[in-house]
Amino acid sequence: MKKVYASATEALDGLLHDNMLIAAGGFGLCGIPELCIDAIVESGVQHITIASNNCGVDGFGLGKLLDTKQIKKMMSSYVGENAEFMRQYLSGELELEFNPQGTLAERMRAGGCGIPGFYTRTGVGTVIAEGKEHKDFHGETYIMEEGIFADLSIVKAWKADTTGNAIFRKTARNFNPPAAMCGKICVMEVEEIVQPGELDPDHIHLPGIYVNRIIQGEHEKRIEQRTVRQREEA
Amino acid sequence: MPWDRNQMAERAAKELEDGMYVNLGIGIPTLVANYVGDKDITLQSENGMLGMGPFPLEGEEDPDLINAGKQTITELDRTAYFDSSQSFGMIRGGKIAAAILGAMEVSEKGDLANWMIPGKLVKGMGGAMDLVAGVGRVIVVMDHTNKHGESKLLKECTLPLTGKGVVDLIITNLGVMEVDHKGLHIIECAPGVTREEIRAATEANVV
Repeated sequence: MKKVYASATEALDGLLHDNMLIAAGGFGLCGIPELCIDAIVESGVQHITIASNNCGVDGFGLGKLLDTKQIKKMMSSYVGENAEFMRQYLSGELELEFNPQGTLAERMRAGGCGIPGFYTRTGVGTVIAEGKEHKDFHGETYIMEEGIFADLSIVKAWKADTTGNAIFRKTARNFNPPAAMCGKICVMEVEEIVQPGELDPDHIHLPGIYVNRIIQGEHEKRIEQRTVRQREEA
Repeated sequence: MPWDRNQMAERAAKELEDGMYVNLGIGIPTLVANYVGDKDITLQSENGMLGMGPFPLEGEEDPDLINAGKQTITELDRTAYFDSSQSFGMIRGGKIAAAILGAMEVSEKGDLANWMIPGKLVKGMGGAMDLVAGVGRVIVVMDHTNKHGESKLLKECTLPLTGKGVVDLIITNLGVMEVDHKGLHIIECAPGVTREEIRAATEANVV
């Protein structure tokens, strides 16, 4: 069982094809799989659909795949910070399926758990509910949402052992575990790969069963909104 | 004198009770954190954190630690981190006592519109639809009228909805209104503002 690969390009070898569905972890630019995104840009794969909460910013993160026009469709909850996204969307080059953020996360989790559909109150009475099955439980109306079954998951963790047991850091965890779970195959990039036994088994956030290929590399970890408070005068 | 942004936030903070887990939206709702005083309030950030602390000191920003507005923040002793599905699990599961949110329009039936203006750039609903459908109490903090002087409290919302019949309380620069089954019920006026003035500035039915 060899899971560790030398580079994102090697780890993604044989996994990419046109018209595929990729689930990506990250929230804004926090915890995004930077190295896999770069390798997908290089691969030139076309017409991909990406399930990801956001679509990066101009020129960084998933925004790079917009610049190269490799994305056919996004499944996201918020796409605010990206002028190229808006341009392609308004000109009809890019499809967009808005998902409420919790619906998107649960669709990924459900897909990873073999659950094809679930009911939620989120979106009832809004445009999100149009065309979806409605069902009442205990006097409340719910809509059905479908699990996401992706061809590939690309995620980023802080540390993993060589068997794929992974630990995330602070709010960089976000969509990474559910995104990892919902793919037929998952490529995970980390800041540090360690030997089995070096991570406390009680502290694993994502068990290695969900992770097929692992790479280690340097991450830029760009900050989107740097906000600070003033030091009080001593 | 109608309330200013900070006074609206201060008034909203009075709605929070000791021990509550609360989600604050972007804008005026964020300011509510400055007015909780001695109350033991735990702030949730829906990107995966309970126990959100203040902005970091300069030089101590951590790219792995942001809030739902993508701003750098800090952790507290009580902080816990989790993934997005668990984060919205606690929202949808009714574990979050209250959400304080901004709005573009609110109807007299408690319908909320705060995510989209057709024909303009559409950014997305983020977690707003999940929050209003799942939390215990939805408190809207917003200006009473828009920049054209028109009421933002309407009989029916004109913009696409974030949630239907979800708003419990509305705090504007003019006062505080509760949504009940007959319409809006004024429960407090800002200092120097009369009930008649609120009625005159409100298109929605005020009972």
